[in-house]
Amino acid sequence: MTQNAAPALEAFVARAAGHGAALAETGLPTRRVEAWRYTPLRSIADTAWQKAAPLTTETATALLERLVLPETGARVVYGNGELLDALSALPEAVRQASENVSTLKGVFSATLNTALGERGLDIRVPAGTDAGLLTLVSLSDGQDVSTHLQHRIVLEDGASLTLYDVSAGEGRYIANPRFDIVVGKGATLRHVKVQRESLTGTHLAIVSADVAEKGEYDSFTLNQGSSLARHEAVVTLGAPHAMAHVNGVQIVDGQRLNDLTSMIHHAAPDGSSRQTVKTVLSEAGQGVFQGKILVDRVAQKTDGYQMNQALLLSERAQINSKPELEIYADDVKCSHGATVGALDDEQLFYLRSRGIPEAEARDILVRAFLIDALDLVADEGLRDLLLRSMTS
Amino acid sequence: MPAVTETRETVGKLAKSSYEWGFETDIEMDIAPKGLNEETVRLISERKGEPQWMLDWRLKAFRAWLEMEEPTWAHIHHPPIDYQDAHYFAQPKKKPGPKSLEEVDPELLKTYAKLGIPLHEQALLAGVEGAEERLPVAVDAVFDSVSVATTFRKTLAEAGVIFCPISDAIREYPELVRKYLGTVVPAGDNFFAALNSAVFTDGSFVYIPEGVRCPMELSTYFRINARNTGQFERTLIIAEDRATVSYLEGCTAPQRDENQLHAAVVELIAMEDASIKYSTVQNWYPGDDEGRGGIYNFVTKRGICRGARSKISWTQVETGSAITWKYPSCVLAGEGSVGEFYSVAVTNNHQQADTGTKMIHLAPNTRSTIIAKTISAGHSDSTYRGLVRMQPKARNARNFTQCDSLLIGDQCGAHTVPYIESRNMTARVEHEATTSKISEDQLFYCRSRGLSEEDAVGLIVNGFCREVLKELPMEFAVEAQKLLQISLEGSVG
Repeated sequence: MTQNAAPALEAFVARAAGHGAALAETGLPTRRVEAWRYTPLRSIADTAWQKAAPLTTETATALLERLVLPETGARVVYGNGELLDALSALPEAVRQASENVSTLKGVFSATLNTALGERGLDIRVPAGTDAGLLTLVSLSDGQDVSTHLQHRIVLEDGASLTLYDVSAGEGRYIANPRFDIVVGKGATLRHVKVQRESLTGTHLAIVSADVAEKGEYDSFTLNQGSSLARHEAVVTLGAPHAMAHVNGVQIVDGQRLNDLTSMIHHAAPDGSSRQTVKTVLSEAGQGVFQGKILVDRVAQKTDGYQMNQALLLSERAQINSKPELEIYADDVKCSHGATVGALDDEQLFYLRSRGIPEAEARDILVRAFLIDALDLVADEGLRDLLLRSMTS
Repeated sequence: MPAVTETRETVGKLAKSSYEWGFETDIEMDIAPKGLNEETVRLISERKGEPQWMLDWRLKAFRAWLEMEEPTWAHIHHPPIDYQDAHYFAQPKKKPGPKSLEEVDPELLKTYAKLGIPLHEQALLAGVEGAEERLPVAVDAVFDSVSVATTFRKTLAEAGVIFCPISDAIREYPELVRKYLGTVVPAGDNFFAALNSAVFTDGSFVYIPEGVRCPMELSTYFRINARNTGQFERTLIIAEDRATVSYLEGCTAPQRDENQLHAAVVELIAMEDASIKYSTVQNWYPGDDEGRGGIYNFVTKRGICRGARSKISWTQVETGSAITWKYPSCVLAGEGSVGEFYSVAVTNNHQQADTGTKMIHLAPNTRSTIIAKTISAGHSDSTYRGLVRMQPKARNARNFTQCDSLLIGDQCGAHTVPYIESRNMTARVEHEATTSKISEDQLFYCRSRGLSEEDAVGLIVNGFCREVLKELPMEFAVEAQKLLQISLEGSVG
């Protein structure tokens, strides 16, 4: 079932020293592993990935200049898995977290991160505090190197934070970040993520969020870079009236593969979850969406909605989509919808007949397709940033 | 809420209602010893008087099976199956044809009577000489692995239609069987298909020649009758250019204590402009209210639309079996061909069903429709699992899928696992799924008009399934509605 002889795995296990046992046992998942059937890891299997050398402030600054970033709020920058002090400052309201939070079992990206983890953000927003906007930039630069940042974010009761999470880089590398998130009672974390890794990079992100009573984890992911990228989110609504938004847009061209995988676990009554994911595919791009909604027996009155749509703009593009409902409670309202198709000829004709050139008409329609998902980002400033980074 | 409580109570009562068609017929059997090895395969082939090529085909499948592992991906749980602890061949002992119904084994007649087969049809089925008479439905009763009799052969023969047990077909039409057998479901397709290919004992063969519209609905009753015999049916239906056929498969089974494995394979082949409609009402013994003793129904059903504008339509009403593992599929290889799947799956007590379909679009302008209704009650688990795949050549292909689940009670589960894969930009796929419980508003509306709780639930469930039930041929629609009543309303009403 696994590629246990892969040089990548050997290198990872060697680097993990005492912590590699679980990783060695799991191995690199192959397509025969259900969770990875559409996202083969062959492209990383043959490389002995090494620890990245520290990134100089100059290199980091040069990489930062290429990015579209918020001009307000606090900013923290990591380069090749290390905090770049000179470029970083935390919001004033934020404290260092002390406790270890969750552990995810059986998720490859998490197992890899656990084995090789590098210390990332470790913050706590005190009760009732709005910590404002925090921009987190994770930069990678190198050849055949990998980074495995571990971030822990705890929002105490009634706290709120907006995290603008950008990954980018240069070269051939693996970025394997992990976020362990705890959202306290009535707290709100808005997590806006922009994945613009190098087009020869690999991005394997895992987010695990536990949401308490009336808490809200509101996320949006723009998946646009990497030769291979998976953003995986496991959101647990563990107390009544908790809420999750796991939205996203994927824009895939070239020979690249972008994957958005999520599991929303309703483990308590009266929870609600919303998910809208749109994927635009051109050239020989491959898109993957796997979205599961799990409703436990106790999670009565759950309201779950999921929509995923893909737009194919090329003969060679490909989409694989698996929206999944697993429901054990009877008094629930859960639905999902999925569509796959090309641009509508009639809409195109309408715009052309009004004198809009074909290329522009297509752009308008693609943008219109994406706007439903983008509009779910409540903050107008961040929405503009997203639009700008999509087209940059 | 009283309504909910009442619903739960009625579902609870259902668990206690015994299996209506649980009876067993005592007929003399010719049984092979327990166990599965090359000798078993050779014995089956020899008893069937099969030619060498057939034996070779079986042995190849058997050797492939030995190398395979039982699939574990379905959302079902059961104790390990001991494939050596079963008889793979059981045949009623042959006697010369009786002269009248009085000479027919009374046990057999009783079985027919319980199945509700009319008297003159009973005579035909029992092989009473001179009993043939024109009737609108042809029945090929698969009685414990061997077709006891086939009716209406003559009428069908006049139209050029071949409808006979597959073992007869292997002897009488070897060139046809050899040409098509295993072309849709290859012998090594999956674990259960390989097992079936090695040891299948009977099933039906249908051949509709070019331009012929089959003059009657073809139907089969499946029964699993001898203690500890697995049922491995093999059905092969071929519709030549412009041919049309509707095939019905219905089944009931006797009540018994041990789990019984049923691994059938059905292959459909539709040539240019041909149309095949395959309808199933499955009501095998689901086990007692603790889930003991029911049938394991691990079936491979697949059709190929080979010719342009051909059509294959699957309709199923699944209410029985302890475990159902079944994905009737369509391979749309002919340009403009059409695939359809209409399904109602009802699970109760400890039943488990993992069922759905695959629509593989290979050619341009192909269309498919999937309507799946899932109803879970008691402690049961029901999963819709389906694949829609648009291959690069499937220009302008279309799919529409709708999956609705209804949960009755808070101890059951309903799951939806669709796979959507598209490699053609002009292909369009639409999928929607919902999960909910019976609406309190609808219940209240019905109750306020004087319907009892039970009747209201029955009405709502029937309405929920209407889109599928209306696809069934008349003869079956009535039986299917009755089955829904028994599966849910039965206790509910």
